[in-house]
Amino acid sequence: MTVKPRTTAGEHVRKGDTSILNSLAFRGVAYQIILAIFVILGGLYLYINVNANLERQGIATGWDFLTENAGFDIGESPIPYDSEDSYGFAMWIGVLNTLKVAFVSIIFASTLGIFMGIARTSKNWLLSKVASVYVEACRNVPVVLHVLFWATVVRFLPAPRQAFSPFEGAYLMNRGVVFPIPETDPAYTWVGIAFLFGVIIAIFLGRWAKRQRELTGKYIPAFWWGLGIILGLPLVTWIIAGAPLVWDMPELKGFNFRGGMAMSPEYAGLVAGVSVYTGAFIAEIVRAGIQSVPHGQIEAARALGLRPGFIMRYVTIPQALRVVVPPTASQYLSLTKNSSLGVLIGYPDLVNVGNTTLNQTGQAVEAITVMMVVYLSISLTISLFMNIYNKIVAIKER
Amino acid sequence: MNDTTAPDTDNSVVIELIDVNKWYGEFQALHDINLSVKRGERVVVCGPSGSGKSTMIRCINRLEHHQRGQIFVDGIELTDNLKNIEAVRSEIGMVFQSFNLFPHMSVIDNLTLAPMLVRKMPKADAEELALKYLERVQIPEQAYKYPGQLSGGQQQRVAIARSLCMQPRIMLFDEPTSALDPEMIKEVLDVMVELAEEGMTMIVVSHEMGFAKTVADTMVFMDDAEVVEIAPPDVFFTKPESERTQLFLNQILTH
Amino acid sequence: MNHAKTSAGTDLHHSPPPTEKVAVLRWMRDNLFNSVLNSVITCLLVVGLIFTLPDFIKWALFNSVWSGDHEACRASMGACWAVVGEKHRPMLFGVYPYEEHWRLILALIIYLSVVAATLTPAFWNIKILIPLWIGNLAATLTLMWGGVLGLSPIDTSQWGGLPLTMVLFTGTVVFGSPISVLLALGRRSHLPGVKSVCVVFIESLRGVPLITILFVAVNVFPLFLPEGLEFDKLIRVMAGMAIFFACYQAEVIRGGLQAIPRGQIEAAEALGLSYWQLMSRIVLPQALRICLPGLVNHIIAAFKNTSFVLIIGLFDILTATTAVMEDPVWRRFFVEAYLFVAVIYFLFCFALSRYSRLVERWLSEGRRF
Repeated sequence: MTVKPRTTAGEHVRKGDTSILNSLAFRGVAYQIILAIFVILGGLYLYINVNANLERQGIATGWDFLTENAGFDIGESPIPYDSEDSYGFAMWIGVLNTLKVAFVSIIFASTLGIFMGIARTSKNWLLSKVASVYVEACRNVPVVLHVLFWATVVRFLPAPRQAFSPFEGAYLMNRGVVFPIPETDPAYTWVGIAFLFGVIIAIFLGRWAKRQRELTGKYIPAFWWGLGIILGLPLVTWIIAGAPLVWDMPELKGFNFRGGMAMSPEYAGLVAGVSVYTGAFIAEIVRAGIQSVPHGQIEAARALGLRPGFIMRYVTIPQALRVVVPPTASQYLSLTKNSSLGVLIGYPDLVNVGNTTLNQTGQAVEAITVMMVVYLSISLTISLFMNIYNKIVAIKER
Repeated sequence: MNDTTAPDTDNSVVIELIDVNKWYGEFQALHDINLSVKRGERVVVCGPSGSGKSTMIRCINRLEHHQRGQIFVDGIELTDNLKNIEAVRSEIGMVFQSFNLFPHMSVIDNLTLAPMLVRKMPKADAEELALKYLERVQIPEQAYKYPGQLSGGQQQRVAIARSLCMQPRIMLFDEPTSALDPEMIKEVLDVMVELAEEGMTMIVVSHEMGFAKTVADTMVFMDDAEVVEIAPPDVFFTKPESERTQLFLNQILTH
Repeated sequence: MNHAKTSAGTDLHHSPPPTEKVAVLRWMRDNLFNSVLNSVITCLLVVGLIFTLPDFIKWALFNSVWSGDHEACRASMGACWAVVGEKHRPMLFGVYPYEEHWRLILALIIYLSVVAATLTPAFWNIKILIPLWIGNLAATLTLMWGGVLGLSPIDTSQWGGLPLTMVLFTGTVVFGSPISVLLALGRRSHLPGVKSVCVVFIESLRGVPLITILFVAVNVFPLFLPEGLEFDKLIRVMAGMAIFFACYQAEVIRGGLQAIPRGQIEAAEALGLSYWQLMSRIVLPQALRICLPGLVNHIIAAFKNTSFVLIIGLFDILTATTAVMEDPVWRRFFVEAYLFVAVIYFLFCFALSRYSRLVERWLSEGRRF
């Protein structure tokens, strides 16, 4: 039964403000409209000024320059390029070069970082201290200095004739780094296919084993079997094909080495500098991840009788990964952005090529916009994947 | 903005809720709430959790906003008009279940902050006021301590004093003792009883039935977003009209 | 010696634990050889150190040349610290006139003292900090710029080296911080228009390399201005770096804001405080304390980022060093020169990161500040 109050609504002396200016809803809309006006007017003002200034200086506007003949050479490119190609194509080469650096550096930095991070949490005092020295020394020095240092080191390496050789076939010299790679052989395609097959089989094996365990309780070490298949299948294929392995050895011919795989001095310096720097940050992240798993959980898992492999797989790594993956992704992003330091040492990454384009055509706005859009796309893509990852692994809370 | 022209008659209605409805998305938190509170009246609101009791009193000082219906406080209608909201909030003091003291400020700073900033009081006057109310709640010696250094009961009393420093005419209590250890409940209830005896208009959401029997003029039972029953305590506890009320009382009074 | 008793009343002599007689050996056993794997690792590391450390020490200390000229350096096999002795002035101070270097040193001392003061909680009061920093900026800029008080005027184009690094760093942090607070608050706004503008702004600037922002500052900012209006390159670069810094810092502050319980805002609203009153008195003081370690991390990064101006030709300490190393006579000793600069960066950044850890400890101890 609802109770009706003694209605006095009609008897209220209407006190209080009724002005719409004081309405929260109105104010909210008003603030946003004012902000929008500022942004639009500001943008217009800048746009007008930019156009006026460009006209005054006789600089072209528009995107036509992208199809124009570039007229400059690029030191190294993963796909063929010459100065007859367009600016647009040159920038694309820049992007590829950036990705080349990023890809390899990410691998080096991660390896270094994971190793050093684990070392820092080691119970071996000496190992832990050595890793700490590396981390602190590298983190507190700007990446610019790292890249400059390594680039200069490479520049001061001996000439090819006196090149320093850490192992058979590999040479470090002021012309860069060369090392032997296997010559391509048709058999390798088969090996590659076998590898892919192996991965697929291993995945299905893992699923089957898991279902078996759920149904029957029997434990099948699918992980080791899977690993064996992934490694063994290609190996067997290779042996069947006659075990072809011919090393393409770099040989000194005249003033330089021919053969093998070569890394330009700029590339080597950039990769070294960026990897060492980022590796230190990844080491810290890995350390924090390992230390973030409460020890009590490991103890509880042990008390439950779980074997160490299971504890690693189901308790430690999933939780450590949650802590490690997002900041590591952002470190990878930083690394990619830091590859733009190529402009400093002459490596033709995107920023370097863009800078040359900017200087030659004078169209600074367009060139810089292209650069920013490319990096922004990379960054947003990584953010997107990060968000998806976070949603998947988020620990459900009340 | 205290209106000093209208006389403080005993029967003037200070708070009125008329057909108030509120939704959180799809979920209805308040359904056709009608309530009116007279000056000096002490209202205790009880009901199972999730029934909308907290939501209702938080609508009264606009910490939440209702989507349909009208709320009048001292004649001023609560809409999204900022001036009206400010006027209403200066009439009403609120005490929260989790105290919500400002941890980075000392007790006395907690109390003097609003009088200095909102009522533009000089610091010395504000401190005098603060110490006076700290005495009222019987912890003047804690003035220069920090909230983290006080017990729960002391913190809640400080919270009451902090609201009183704005000299409100109405006090809202949102389960003030629910977060306290049992031995500290009494000290807070004692303060609230004193306040009631001095004639403060109070709406208290609480499960403390002993307190309700002592102090309440009106009991309100809410369930499932509705006001189910409004009655004075003697009727409410002995001969409730609604079956749901009776059910609730059975559950709560067997403790 | 403990003389506890069992329940039967007999004496229990607590025997001392088994230990090595020598504490050092015990420590080594616990920390270096506590497992088979660790023992192996320790041995490998010791062997590695034996091979490399003595050579390094010989190079750095025993065979090194501390003063003299490049001939002596070339002749020796050791480190050439003489390059630092010879070139440290241009490295540290750029092309600033030689006789006026004392002004830079004085400015640096004043600046560092004020920074140290800012970091001590005793000074954490707006009423102290703001006058202190106004005084600091006035004093240091007067010293560096001159033109008054009998000091000869020296144009900003001649500023270089460490002072320029400090100026860039200070400008970035001082101008970027208020912007970051506004961006963080804007991002948390309930008004969709305000929120989206802030989100777009923050995410765009965080997604691009600092270099591109510096390019914009150098090449594009002048285009934004009407004819005849010009801004000094240094100011433009500082603006770019400040905005970049603000976007990262805004995210850190946002984390702190999210950690404040809603009840704090509700209590403040119930008391009648306005939005800005409750933000400035209640929410921000608590939020900033919470995210202080993250804030300091980005401040350290801002210091390191000043080195990027090498790319656009401003003469910070790193640019000055590379310019110095163009000298053909001293070029080969780049390792020593770069190490010198690295040590300077390291000292500053390491000190700040230690400070950050100290603050974290204070926070976890619940210390009042």
